[in-house]
Order: sequence, then C-alpha cells, then structure tokens
Amino acid sequence: MKTFRIGGVHPAENKLSAGKPIVVAELPKQAVFPLSQHIGAPAVACVAKGDVVKVGTKIAEAGGFVSAPIFSSVSGKVNKIDSIVDASGYRKPAIFIDVQGDEWEETIDRSETLVKECDLDAKAIVEKIKNAGVVGMGGACFPCHVKLSPPPGMVPTCVIVNAVECEPYLTADHQLMLEHPEEILVGVQLVMKAVNVTKGYIGIENNKLDAIKLMTEKAVQFPGIEVVPLKVKYPQGGEKQLIDAVIGRQVPAPPALPVSVGAILQNVGTMYAIYQAVMKNKPLFERVVTVTGKSLANPQNFLARMGTPMQQLIDACGGLPEDTGKVIGGGPMMGKALMNTEVPICKGSSGVLIMNMTEAKRAEADPCIRCAKCVSACPMGLEPYLLSTCSAKADWERVEKEDIVSCIECGSCQFTCPSHRPLLDMIRLGKSTVMGIIRARSAKK
Amino acid sequence: MDLILVAVIALGAIGLIAAIVLFVASKKFAVFEDPRIAQVAEVLPQANCGGCGYPGCSGFAGACVKAADAGSLEGKLCPVGGAPVMEKVAAILGLEAVASEPKVAVVRCNGSCENRPRIVQYDGAVSCRVAHATCGGETLCSFGCLGCGDCVKACQFGAIKMNPETGLPEVDEAKCTACGACAKACPRMIIQIRKKGRVVKESHRRVWVSCVNKDKGALAGKACKVSCIGCSKCAKVCKKEAITIENNLAYIDPEKCIACGLCVNECPKKAIHATWEVPVPKPKPAPAEGVAPVQQAAPKAAPAAAQQVQQ
Repeated sequence: MKTFRIGGVHPAENKLSAGKPIVVAELPKQAVFPLSQHIGAPAVACVAKGDVVKVGTKIAEAGGFVSAPIFSSVSGKVNKIDSIVDASGYRKPAIFIDVQGDEWEETIDRSETLVKECDLDAKAIVEKIKNAGVVGMGGACFPCHVKLSPPPGMVPTCVIVNAVECEPYLTADHQLMLEHPEEILVGVQLVMKAVNVTKGYIGIENNKLDAIKLMTEKAVQFPGIEVVPLKVKYPQGGEKQLIDAVIGRQVPAPPALPVSVGAILQNVGTMYAIYQAVMKNKPLFERVVTVTGKSLANPQNFLARMGTPMQQLIDACGGLPEDTGKVIGGGPMMGKALMNTEVPICKGSSGVLIMNMTEAKRAEADPCIRCAKCVSACPMGLEPYLLSTCSAKADWERVEKEDIVSCIECGSCQFTCPSHRPLLDMIRLGKSTVMGIIRARSAKK
Repeated sequence: MDLILVAVIALGAIGLIAAIVLFVASKKFAVFEDPRIAQVAEVLPQANCGGCGYPGCSGFAGACVKAADAGSLEGKLCPVGGAPVMEKVAAILGLEAVASEPKVAVVRCNGSCENRPRIVQYDGAVSCRVAHATCGGETLCSFGCLGCGDCVKACQFGAIKMNPETGLPEVDEAKCTACGACAKACPRMIIQIRKKGRVVKESHRRVWVSCVNKDKGALAGKACKVSCIGCSKCAKVCKKEAITIENNLAYIDPEKCIACGLCVNECPKKAIHATWEVPVPKPKPAPAEGVAPVQQAAPKAAPAAAQQVQQ
C-alpha cells in the first residue's frame, strides 16, 4: 500500500465520531461572518446595517484575485458590521446578522436529486466556483479558483482529491464520503473538466475501509477516477505528502506549486462544495463539522451553517464537560486552541475538539538530548531542532538558509520530541518572520 | 658540529629574508587608521549593546571621528555612558560635547493580575514573540503585556525585572541606559524610550499613558480596570497640547509635556502615570498651576497643603 516517503508519525487515531450520521445543526439566533475566512485579501462587506438578506445572499465581495466572496447562511437582518474576537483572541471585522425564519434565495436548487450532466465549459465552471466563494475546506482555506487557474506554462496532468483526513479525531470528510459519494465524484469530474485532465485520484487512508469500498464501487461509473487506498500516517493530508504518496512525485521547495509536478489538489469537502456550487447554484455557506472529545457526552458530525457559534454545537453534544482543558478549532495536531467558544464556524472549521485536562496539559520542556527524532519525523526533511534553536536566537539568515519556509507546520517534530520541547512554536515564529523578510525584499526589487 | 652550524646559518638566513619581506610589506600595504578611533574606543564602555545605532563600540568610535571631521558631534550619544563619556569623547576630538537629554525605558501597561483578570492560560513556549503570534494573550486585552519577559532577556544591564506579583516588567531607572533593546524586543511595542524629564528634588518627573489598548472604550474598559478608554478628558485639561487621542488611545508627547501633572488626576481610569505623587485637587480647586509649585517646593508638606485647600 502506498504512502509518502520521508518522515511522518503515528498519533492515536481516536476517531470517536466515526460512523455517526451527519446531523443538521439548529439555526443560530445570530450568525457572525468574519470578513477574513480565507488566505488572501479579506472580503469587503457589500451590505449595510438594516439590510434584509436571505440564505445565499452575497454579503461580502472578494477583496482581490486571491480572495473569496462570503454568502449569508441565514435569512434575517444585518444587525451591525463590527469586530469580533477571533479564535486567537484578536479583533477582526465581521458582519452580524439577526436570524429571522429560513428563507432561501430562489436561484438555489434545494432538491436532493443527483445532477451528473454539465454542459458548461472549463472557464464557466471556474467562474461559477469563484462566484460561489468556494475555498479549500481542509483548513488552509486557499481560494479554490486560484488553484484551478494554473500559472501560464504549467500544465496539470491529474487531479488529486484529499480524502485522507489524517488528523486524529476528525471524521467530517469520512462521513461526507459515506453519505454523498456520488456528489463528490461529480465534483471531481467537474474539476477534471475545469483544468482539462483525464485522470483523477482520490486518496483515502485505510482506516476508512467502508469509505474506500463505497467510493471504489461508485467510481466505476465515472471514467478516469481512481480510488487510492493509503497506509495510515500523519501528515498524509499535506499536499506535498499526498502527491508523493499517490503519484510518487516530489514538489520542489517553495515558491514551487503542486502544479509544477502536474498535480491539482483539492479536499473532498471542497469537491462537495464545488458540486453544489456548479450543479445546484448553491454558494458555500454550510459545511460538515466534527464536534468531538473524550469527555464529551455525545461526539457528532454536524452540517452547520457558517456563522453558528461553536458553543451552540458543543451544547448540542451535551455541553462542555467539567474537566475541559482546551477547546481546539480543527484537529489536535494542527488546530489552534480557542480563546473563547463563541467563535463562529467559518469556511475552514473542520472540527471542534474538546481536550480534557490530562490531554491538554503540556509537559514541561527539558533540554534537547540530540536524539534527532524530530529529524526523522519531519515530512519535509528539515532539521526542526536547528530551526527552533536558531529562531529562538533570532538568527533569521541561518533559518532562511536552512529552508524554514518549506515547513508545513504539521507538528510532527513537537509530537515526537521526548523532551517535550516547543519546537513548532519557535519554528512558526521563525517562518513568519522569514516570510516577512522575503516579502519585504521582493517588494524592494 | 658542522651540521649545527649549517642549520643555524640556514635558519638565520631564512629568518632574515622573511623579516625583510614582512617589513617591506608592512610599509607598502599599510592601512592608515585614525589613531583617534582607538582613543575614542578606549573611553567607551565596551558594552557593545548597539544602543547608539552602530554595530558595537568600535563602530560608534569610527562614526564619532567621522562626525568630528564634519564639525559636530550632534546626534551622537552613547546611551550607556551618557553625558560624562560623551564629554571625554568630545575632549579627545577637540570639540564641545552636545548636551542631550537623558532618557529611560518606560513600560506602558499596567495590566497586573489584579487589574486585568486572566480568562485563559497560555502554555506555549515562554517567549513574548511566540505568544503574540499565537494568541491575543491571557486576558481580554490583546494589546497589553504578555508577561513572558522578552524585555528582561534583552536587557544587558539587568535594569528590567519581572515583578512576580503584578506579572509586569519594572524598569530600574538607575541602571537603565535607554539603549532601546527592550523596546525592540517587545512585540507589542509597549516599552518606549522617553525623556527622563525635569529634575525636581533630585528625582526625574515624567508623565505617560500607561496603556496601549486601541479598542473602543467599552471593550477596553471591560478588559482592564486601568485601561485608556480614549475619553479625551486628559487632552482637554492639558495646557500645552501635548496629549493627542488616536484610535481610542491617548498619547503624551514627551517633547511637549512639561510634567505639570494636571492630566494624572483627570484620568477617570487612572491610566496616566507620574513618577511622583501628584496631589489630588479639590472638586473645584484653586488654579492647579498654583498647587504644583507648592508641591515642588516641599513635597512632604504637599498633603498638608492639599488638606488645607479642602478645609
């Protein structure tokens, strides 16, 4: 069975909510839409206080090419355009909408019937995806249409769908595959048409055997699409790791893109969103979110509207347990601890993980014992101990030379460190500083 | 015997030739260095802190000599040595020292554990820069001190210490050389290098807003008991127009401020700090300018004077 070649770790899977059907979450009383839900320029609000909106009404325009519009997930009245404390504790601009009823835009096709035939050409498909505000739903939130418009001179040869879900605990993508396999496959076909390739791969780790079986069965009707079972290893969901695992090619160091080895990568959730955007005229305003945790009474998968406060989903699972140590937005490896639970669900919220006290506690850092476990674990072939030390000493020249910008921040080094050193914390700092230095340098030129 | 003689002569000859070559080379390729640079470097404190803006003390010495050739030492100051060292430097270079005002690092946050309740606990790497990049901090205020002590680590003179009770850094005015290393280390730009202020009774008097929160008043007030809410009361009371309000935050311009202390008691949140005890005026006091000189003349008598006014 295939997997990527360099590094990787095996965290406990803990897929507590696996096999739990997707439950439609209740509408919130007030939905909040941060204007910057994606990588790139923040969206620009195009509604004003007091405006009446429906489900699917555009409330913010894209702020540039690398940006995406935002659509209302509820019907009601715009209460205010103000700021909200985001997951990290800083204030960001957001649109607040008071929910009244549940009235949808007429253009959206709400029927459940599967539409397979699409007579749009490649350009029209990308345009439709762009106008529906679809972004990468794996967590990075990179605007989808940008990936589908490769720079001139680069010719994609295949589409790779990331259905790996290598983060422990999370089951949103798994459940989505079980409940909407055909829609996803139509989505893959649309993307293949949009970038003009004939080959599509769906990479699934073999801890989701039911999904592999179901997708393989359904894929027979879709020529060119192949399901690739993969060995379980973290971080297989990283785009460079997945390309290596599926087609055995390695993406050069940044600024090279996956398309430079001919691959277009999309998350399986994104494929579903693309299907809905192109075939059902439904912009991106809801997504599957896993709410899970060992102490949580009832871990579940929800279909939640964007802007729903996370607290509401936690309450629907039985409320915050008493021994809660941390609430994490995303998975345990790459997710970020939330400052408060009133943070709304955004385009990139794949899960809410409630860690108990014992899980959440970070052991005290001991001195580095030079065991080089982090070096063997790093899927990018970097030397985390060195990057971390040099970042702590603010030796930016050295870390740049040591290729810190290649770091994908997967956290394998910190996970594997027997001295519990905060490697990733320091590397993140170094990476963001070096990126800033590089940007400033290219701006000067 | 013969062998030894041959060896001595041969080595002697090689030594002589090498000496001649080296002598010629040292004359031919000699680099002229102004002897004054070495002299100036000698009187500098050799802390190599970079506070002067040059790479180390020898770099600064070179810059001073260059400036002296241009005619003036203006703008050149060794923050560690201060005026006495600059006088020595000026004497070597045959110039008059340009008087510059002594400065000190000032911490512009008073969000102690008591004033600013902790709502979450940060357990990442103990570094303000990392904490700043990962989260807004342990309180509702995303502008204030993070308390990981990057400034303490940056200080080469042991002038900043963390106060374990308040969780905030404290500057030792006697040790601080105003080199600015702490101000550079702080990711939130809380520490500022300000003028020490005028001397009254052997202590410096300066006034500053001890808050950098730019949130709207209601939010800032919720986050911290002593936050600036941008009410602009201080700006109205200031006679020198030294206070400006920008982004819901008051700022006192040290160039304009005369440290009269009028704004200190005007602040409803007690966010403005002074280095001396400013007497609290009566609800309708006599002109405040009148009160201040009394206090300046006899600080110990000031509370009594204030009481008299109240009576």
